[in-house]
Amino acid sequence: MNNLARWQRPEISTWTGFGRLTNLRDEIDRLFEVPLAELTRPSQLLSGWTPAFDVHEDKDNVYVRAELPGMRKEDIDLLLHNGSLSIAGERKSDEKLREAEVYRAERFFGRFQRTVTLPTPVAADRINAQYKDGILSVTLPKAEEAKPKHIDVNVS
Amino acid sequence: MKATLQKEPRVTPEQTATFVSPEVNIFETKDGYVLEAELPGVNKDGLEITLEGNEVTITGHRHVEALPGETLFRESTDADYRRVFELDPAIDTVNVSARIEQGVLTLTLPKSERVKPRKISVD
Repeated sequence: MNNLARWQRPEISTWTGFGRLTNLRDEIDRLFEVPLAELTRPSQLLSGWTPAFDVHEDKDNVYVRAELPGMRKEDIDLLLHNGSLSIAGERKSDEKLREAEVYRAERFFGRFQRTVTLPTPVAADRINAQYKDGILSVTLPKAEEAKPKHIDVNVS
Repeated sequence: MKATLQKEPRVTPEQTATFVSPEVNIFETKDGYVLEAELPGVNKDGLEITLEGNEVTITGHRHVEALPGETLFRESTDADYRRVFELDPAIDTVNVSARIEQGVLTLTLPKSERVKPRKISVD
Protein backbone atom coordinates (compact mmCIF):
# COMPACT_ATOMS: atom_id res chain seq x y z
CA MET A 1 0.00 0.00 0.00
CA ASN A 2 1.35 3.41 -0.81
CA ASN A 3 -1.15 5.32 1.26
CA LEU A 4 0.00 8.77 2.15
CA ALA A 5 3.57 7.61 1.87
CA ARG A 6 5.87 10.52 2.14
CA TRP A 7 8.05 11.31 -0.81
CA GLN A 8 10.30 14.13 -0.08
CA ARG A 9 13.32 15.43 -1.84
CA PRO A 10 16.23 14.67 0.45
CA GLU A 11 17.69 18.12 -0.25
CA ILE A 12 14.92 19.90 1.61
CA SER A 13 15.07 17.91 4.78
CA THR A 14 15.69 19.85 7.97
CA TRP A 15 19.22 20.87 8.63
CA THR A 16 19.62 20.46 12.33
CA GLY A 17 23.37 20.73 12.70
CA PHE A 18 23.53 23.28 15.46
CA GLY A 19 20.28 22.14 17.00
CA ARG A 20 21.72 18.68 17.51
CA LEU A 21 24.82 20.10 19.08
CA THR A 22 22.79 22.21 21.45
CA ASN A 23 20.68 19.21 22.38
CA LEU A 24 23.78 17.23 23.08
CA ARG A 25 25.13 19.99 25.26
CA ASP A 26 21.88 20.15 27.18
CA GLU A 27 21.97 16.42 27.68
CA ILE A 28 25.51 16.60 28.97
CA ASP A 29 24.58 19.46 31.30
CA ARG A 30 21.69 17.40 32.54
CA LEU A 31 23.96 14.42 33.17
CA PHE A 32 25.76 16.42 35.80
CA GLU A 33 22.69 17.98 37.33
CA VAL A 34 20.11 15.26 37.77
CA PRO A 35 20.27 12.55 40.40
CA LEU A 36 21.38 9.15 39.15
CA ALA A 37 17.94 7.67 39.61
CA GLU A 38 16.58 10.02 36.94
CA LEU A 39 19.15 8.92 34.42
CA THR A 40 18.30 5.27 34.63
CA ARG A 41 14.92 6.11 33.15
CA PRO A 42 15.75 5.89 29.46
CA SER A 43 12.78 7.95 28.33
CA GLN A 44 14.29 11.14 29.73
CA LEU A 45 17.52 10.91 27.82
CA LEU A 46 16.55 9.27 24.60
CA SER A 47 13.14 10.46 23.64
CA GLY A 48 12.80 13.82 25.33
CA TRP A 49 11.49 16.92 23.67
CA THR A 50 13.84 19.88 23.48
CA PRO A 51 11.82 22.78 22.10
CA ALA A 52 13.80 25.43 20.23
CA PHE A 53 14.66 28.46 22.37
CA ASP A 54 15.76 31.97 21.48
CA VAL A 55 17.15 34.38 24.09
CA HIS A 56 17.63 38.08 23.39
CA GLU A 57 18.57 41.04 25.54
CA ASP A 58 18.35 44.80 25.22
CA LYS A 59 19.00 47.47 27.82
CA ASP A 60 15.62 47.10 29.55
CA ASN A 61 14.52 43.50 29.03
CA VAL A 62 15.51 39.90 28.54
CA TYR A 63 13.38 38.06 25.96
CA VAL A 64 12.91 34.31 25.90
CA ARG A 65 10.99 32.65 23.10
CA ALA A 66 10.16 28.95 22.86
CA GLU A 67 8.52 26.96 20.07
CA LEU A 68 5.83 24.90 21.76
CA PRO A 69 3.28 24.02 19.09
CA GLY A 70 0.01 22.41 20.07
CA MET A 71 -0.01 23.08 23.80
CA ARG A 72 -2.85 24.27 25.97
CA LYS A 73 -2.07 27.45 27.86
CA GLU A 74 -2.79 25.77 31.19
CA ASP A 75 -0.28 22.98 30.48
CA ILE A 76 2.67 25.38 30.31
CA ASP A 77 4.56 26.03 33.56
CA LEU A 78 6.94 28.93 34.00
CA LEU A 79 9.20 29.12 37.00
CA LEU A 80 11.75 31.73 37.93
CA HIS A 81 14.27 30.47 40.41
CA ASN A 82 17.79 31.59 41.31
CA GLY A 83 18.31 33.63 38.17
CA SER A 84 17.06 30.91 35.82
CA LEU A 85 13.82 30.59 33.95
CA SER A 86 12.38 27.10 33.62
CA ILE A 87 9.76 26.32 31.03
CA ALA A 88 8.07 23.00 31.59
CA GLY A 89 4.88 21.41 30.48
CA GLU A 90 3.08 18.49 29.09
CA ARG A 91 1.76 18.01 25.60
CA LYS A 92 -1.15 15.65 25.39
CA SER A 93 -2.12 13.60 22.38
CA ASP A 94 -5.58 13.77 20.88
CA GLU A 95 -7.91 11.36 22.69
CA LYS A 96 -9.99 10.87 19.58
CA LEU A 97 -7.06 9.39 17.68
CA ARG A 98 -6.02 6.90 20.32
CA GLU A 99 -7.82 4.09 18.51
CA ALA A 100 -6.59 5.04 15.06
CA GLU A 101 -3.86 3.25 13.20
CA VAL A 102 -0.59 5.18 13.31
CA TYR A 103 1.21 5.68 9.99
CA ARG A 104 3.79 8.16 11.10
CA ALA A 105 4.68 9.37 14.58
CA GLU A 106 7.27 12.13 14.57
CA ARG A 107 5.69 14.48 17.09
CA PHE A 108 6.62 14.25 20.75
CA PHE A 109 4.02 13.89 23.44
CA GLY A 110 4.58 13.95 27.16
CA ARG A 111 6.49 16.08 29.62
CA PHE A 112 9.39 18.36 28.85
CA GLN A 113 11.46 20.89 30.70
CA ARG A 114 14.12 23.37 29.72
CA THR A 115 15.96 25.93 31.79
CA VAL A 116 17.80 29.03 30.70
CA THR A 117 20.14 31.00 32.90
CA LEU A 118 19.25 34.67 32.66
CA PRO A 119 22.10 37.08 31.99
CA THR A 120 20.96 39.61 34.63
CA PRO A 121 18.60 39.74 37.62
CA VAL A 122 15.01 40.46 36.54
CA ALA A 123 11.96 42.06 38.16
CA ALA A 124 9.97 38.94 38.95
CA ASP A 125 6.69 40.81 39.46
CA ARG A 126 6.68 42.38 35.99
CA ILE A 127 7.31 39.30 33.81
CA ASN A 128 4.91 38.96 30.89
CA ALA A 129 4.24 35.71 28.98
CA GLN A 130 2.20 35.34 25.79
CA TYR A 131 1.32 32.19 23.87
CA LYS A 132 0.43 32.66 20.21
CA ASP A 133 0.63 30.43 17.10
CA GLY A 134 2.46 27.80 19.13
CA ILE A 135 5.16 30.18 20.30
CA LEU A 136 5.64 31.22 23.90
CA SER A 137 7.17 34.67 24.31
CA VAL A 138 8.36 35.78 27.72
CA THR A 139 9.49 39.33 28.41
CA LEU A 140 11.47 39.74 31.62
CA PRO A 141 12.17 43.36 32.61
CA LYS A 142 15.62 43.76 34.08
CA ALA A 143 15.83 44.63 37.74
CA GLU A 144 16.64 48.29 38.34
CA GLU A 145 20.01 47.46 39.88
CA ALA A 146 20.98 45.45 36.79
CA LYS A 147 20.44 48.29 34.33
CA PRO A 148 23.39 50.37 33.21
CA LYS A 149 23.48 53.69 35.03
CA HIS A 150 25.27 56.93 34.44
CA ILE A 151 26.87 58.41 37.47
CA ASP A 152 27.38 62.12 37.60
CA VAL A 153 30.75 63.29 38.68
CA ASN A 154 30.64 66.17 41.09
CA VAL A 155 33.37 68.70 41.12
CA SER A 156 34.11 70.16 44.48
CA MET B 1 10.65 3.40 -8.07
CA LYS B 2 11.96 4.65 -11.38
CA ALA B 3 8.73 6.47 -12.12
CA THR B 4 8.91 8.38 -8.84
CA LEU B 5 12.45 9.49 -9.49
CA GLN B 6 11.61 10.70 -12.97
CA LYS B 7 8.80 12.96 -11.96
CA GLU B 8 10.80 14.77 -9.28
CA PRO B 9 11.19 18.37 -10.35
CA ARG B 10 14.56 20.05 -10.41
CA VAL B 11 15.48 21.76 -7.16
CA THR B 12 17.75 24.76 -7.35
CA PRO B 13 20.16 25.53 -4.48
CA GLU B 14 18.19 28.66 -3.54
CA GLN B 15 15.07 26.60 -3.03
CA THR B 16 16.79 24.04 -0.86
CA ALA B 17 17.92 26.68 1.60
CA THR B 18 14.46 28.14 2.05
CA PHE B 19 12.47 25.35 3.65
CA VAL B 20 12.49 23.11 6.66
CA SER B 21 10.42 19.97 6.91
CA PRO B 22 7.81 19.95 9.69
CA GLU B 23 7.29 16.95 11.97
CA VAL B 24 4.08 15.11 11.29
CA ASN B 25 1.85 12.43 12.69
CA ILE B 26 -0.43 10.52 10.35
CA PHE B 27 -3.33 8.37 11.45
CA GLU B 28 -5.78 6.25 9.58
CA THR B 29 -9.30 5.98 10.90
CA LYS B 30 -12.22 4.16 9.38
CA ASP B 31 -13.41 7.39 7.74
CA GLY B 32 -10.10 8.59 6.39
CA TYR B 33 -6.73 9.98 7.32
CA VAL B 34 -5.70 12.65 9.79
CA LEU B 35 -2.40 14.44 9.35
CA GLU B 36 -0.99 16.69 12.07
CA ALA B 37 1.98 18.93 11.28
CA GLU B 38 4.00 21.12 13.62
CA LEU B 39 4.25 24.62 12.24
CA PRO B 40 5.10 26.94 15.13
CA GLY B 41 4.87 30.61 14.11
CA VAL B 42 2.45 29.92 11.27
CA ASN B 43 -1.12 31.20 11.38
CA LYS B 44 -4.07 30.77 9.05
CA ASP B 45 -2.84 33.46 6.66
CA GLY B 46 0.61 31.96 6.28
CA LEU B 47 -0.63 28.50 5.44
CA GLU B 48 -0.91 27.15 1.91
CA ILE B 49 -2.18 23.68 1.11
CA THR B 50 -2.27 22.52 -2.49
CA LEU B 51 -3.70 19.32 -3.85
CA GLU B 52 -2.38 18.42 -7.24
CA GLY B 53 -2.80 15.05 -8.82
CA ASN B 54 -2.08 12.54 -6.09
CA GLU B 55 0.05 14.88 -4.01
CA VAL B 56 -0.64 17.30 -1.24
CA THR B 57 1.88 20.06 -0.51
CA ILE B 58 1.90 21.88 2.80
CA THR B 59 3.70 25.22 2.88
CA GLY B 60 3.81 27.41 5.99
CA HIS B 61 5.16 30.95 6.13
CA ARG B 62 6.11 32.14 9.58
CA HIS B 63 4.68 35.34 10.98
CA VAL B 64 7.15 35.94 13.73
CA GLU B 65 8.60 39.32 14.57
CA ALA B 66 12.30 39.50 15.22
CA LEU B 67 13.15 39.89 18.89
CA PRO B 68 14.69 43.24 19.81
CA GLY B 69 18.20 43.70 21.08
CA GLU B 70 21.18 41.43 21.00
CA THR B 71 20.98 37.65 20.41
CA LEU B 72 22.30 35.60 23.29
CA PHE B 73 21.04 32.25 22.08
CA ARG B 74 19.28 31.21 18.91
CA GLU B 75 17.84 27.86 17.95
CA SER B 76 14.80 28.80 15.88
CA THR B 77 14.99 29.39 12.16
CA ASP B 78 13.33 31.88 9.82
CA ALA B 79 12.90 29.29 7.09
CA ASP B 80 9.41 28.45 5.94
CA TYR B 81 8.03 24.96 6.20
CA ARG B 82 7.33 22.64 3.30
CA ARG B 83 6.52 18.99 2.92
CA VAL B 84 4.92 16.91 0.20
CA PHE B 85 2.88 13.76 0.67
CA GLU B 86 1.55 11.26 -1.79
CA LEU B 87 -2.12 10.54 -1.36
CA ASP B 88 -3.98 7.27 -1.21
CA PRO B 89 -6.20 7.18 -4.33
CA ALA B 90 -9.11 6.37 -2.04
CA ILE B 91 -9.08 9.91 -0.59
CA ASP B 92 -11.97 12.13 -1.53
CA THR B 93 -9.91 15.21 -2.42
CA VAL B 94 -12.96 17.47 -2.68
CA ASN B 95 -13.73 17.12 1.02
CA VAL B 96 -10.28 17.62 2.50
CA SER B 97 -10.39 20.11 5.38
CA ALA B 98 -7.69 21.93 7.32
CA ARG B 99 -7.48 23.71 10.64
CA ILE B 100 -4.54 25.35 12.40
CA GLU B 101 -4.42 25.88 16.12
CA GLN B 102 -1.41 27.09 18.15
CA GLY B 103 0.99 26.15 15.39
CA VAL B 104 -0.37 22.66 14.73
CA LEU B 105 -2.09 21.96 11.43
CA THR B 106 -4.72 19.24 11.36
CA LEU B 107 -5.56 18.03 7.89
CA THR B 108 -8.57 15.73 7.60
CA LEU B 109 -8.60 13.60 4.46
CA PRO B 110 -11.80 11.57 4.19
CA LYS B 111 -12.02 8.38 2.17
CA SER B 112 -14.51 8.51 -0.65
CA GLU B 113 -17.81 6.77 0.01
CA ARG B 114 -17.06 4.21 -2.67
CA VAL B 115 -14.20 2.61 -0.71
CA LYS B 116 -15.74 2.72 2.76
CA PRO B 117 -16.80 -0.62 4.18
CA ARG B 118 -20.46 -1.09 3.50
CA LYS B 119 -23.00 -3.66 4.57
CA ILE B 120 -25.24 -4.99 1.88
CA SER B 121 -28.60 -6.10 2.93
CA VAL B 122 -29.97 -9.28 1.49
CA ASP B 123 -33.48 -9.07 0.16
